[in-house]
Amino acid sequence: MANVLESVGEKTIEHLDYVGSLNIQWWATLRAMLHSLPFVGNRYRWRTAVRQMLEIGVDAMPMVSLMSICTGFIFAMQGASELRRFGALRYVVDLVAVGFTRELGPLMTAIAVSGRSGSAFAAEIGTMKVTEEIDSLRVMALEPIEFVLAPKYLAALIAVPCLSVVANVCGILAGALFMFFSIRLMPALYLRYVFEAIDLRDVVMGLIKSVVFGTIIAQVGCLEGFRVHGGPDSVGRCTTSAVVKSTFLVIVADAIFTAIFYFTGKH
Amino acid sequence: MPIISVRDLVVEYDGRRVLNELNLDIERGETMVLLGGSGCGKSTLLRQIIGLERPKSGSIHVNGTDITCCSKSELRKVHRSIGVAFQSAALFNSLSVEDNVALPLREHTRLAPSIIELVVWIKLAAVGLGDHGKLLPQELSGGMKKRAAVARAIALGPEILVLDEPSAGLDPIVAAELDELILLLKQTLGMTVIVVTHELPSAFRIADRIAMLYQGSFSSVGTKDQIKASRNPRVRQFLDRIPEDIAKSSAVVAHFEKYLDSAEAYQ
Repeated sequence: MANVLESVGEKTIEHLDYVGSLNIQWWATLRAMLHSLPFVGNRYRWRTAVRQMLEIGVDAMPMVSLMSICTGFIFAMQGASELRRFGALRYVVDLVAVGFTRELGPLMTAIAVSGRSGSAFAAEIGTMKVTEEIDSLRVMALEPIEFVLAPKYLAALIAVPCLSVVANVCGILAGALFMFFSIRLMPALYLRYVFEAIDLRDVVMGLIKSVVFGTIIAQVGCLEGFRVHGGPDSVGRCTTSAVVKSTFLVIVADAIFTAIFYFTGKH
Repeated sequence: MPIISVRDLVVEYDGRRVLNELNLDIERGETMVLLGGSGCGKSTLLRQIIGLERPKSGSIHVNGTDITCCSKSELRKVHRSIGVAFQSAALFNSLSVEDNVALPLREHTRLAPSIIELVVWIKLAAVGLGDHGKLLPQELSGGMKKRAAVARAIALGPEILVLDEPSAGLDPIVAAELDELILLLKQTLGMTVIVVTHELPSAFRIADRIAMLYQGSFSSVGTKDQIKASRNPRVRQFLDRIPEDIAKSSAVVAHFEKYLDSAEAYQ
């Protein structure tokens, strides 16, 4: 019994320590981000941030689009099979539009970015640690958080919401295609129903979630990278850990934010 | 007054003592070689001197600042007066060689890009890489990487140049070329140079003084001639390349006896 309690206590402290480290790193990044901003910051840092935005956002666009189109189809088909029984096939439009803007667009994007970029952040920083590049930054009087993490975080804050919008559009278009082929609903009418179904709050809710997810992915990926010690095997472990932890935390954050929006919204 | 002064330095990792009450003064303008076998603590001492780690006790004064207990901003100031070339070169793989050398100049000076370009070329030319600035680090040979790391270390014109195993993994000719480069840089730039190495020819070529480490303590500190003439058994063992008789150590003998006993028991 004592052993069980001991190990539960140990694990709890470990997790609290992890969350604490994430928060400390997040605050340090926010303070350092000023140097990555255009016009007021260091232009070389801003250039790095733009390069990261291209890697996180533009390079991931085909993957996110395809995932969203497939999910849009699946969502519309599953919804249609049930709603048809009640003669409410038209509400597939609402289901897809609201479901994507509030939930699926940001979530699908976060999962894709976590697997693609979160792991890349961890691997890059982990390798930099193993090859003494992080040490060399320190002895050049450069703060690794400012130099390495801040541009990545800034890029994630901009690229992830943009990708979410792309995911929303792709998912909703997939719904349009399904509705056209299943009940010959014309795209113009489909779009009208879409705009009737969603309101600004849904879009803002999705974007807020995207910003939170971007924060989680960048911070977890980078923290895992900074925690690397030892050799190349440690880099592999931290990469896996970054994907697992960021996906888990994204889903937890999604549940929390959905609950907040649900209980603070109109019913 | 020495430029670097180490007093009663104790370093422990997980309760294991790695450096044991070290005392060392490094005078301005001299080349100090930290010599010793693998695992004797010379790289640990170097990491302490450049402020990457904090000791358990003792002090390290660099230019009058105690880097074991100074503030972050003071440490950053000290770091700007030190140039470090790591054993693995630690060049940033995503940046070209010239961008690597330009990095500290861009971050710490307000020089115009054209001036930075000129300074970078001068530094690269000084290490014989004037025509290789556009290459990426992975396109360079081992010796060229080390020279590029030296060029980056001297980019800001530091007072102290620190080189960690500069000739490790290089063929004797390239290693000798690096030795000549270190001598030339010291002569022309008048820096204090600290070199960590276990290569005897290299140590005796470049050193003004040699500090010989054995199991975390200095077994001898003196000029080249004093070290050569030393009767200290640890120094003699290292200089005369006398192997430790590990094959006859009690632990190995016990291990083999146990193995033979168990083999006999199976027969």
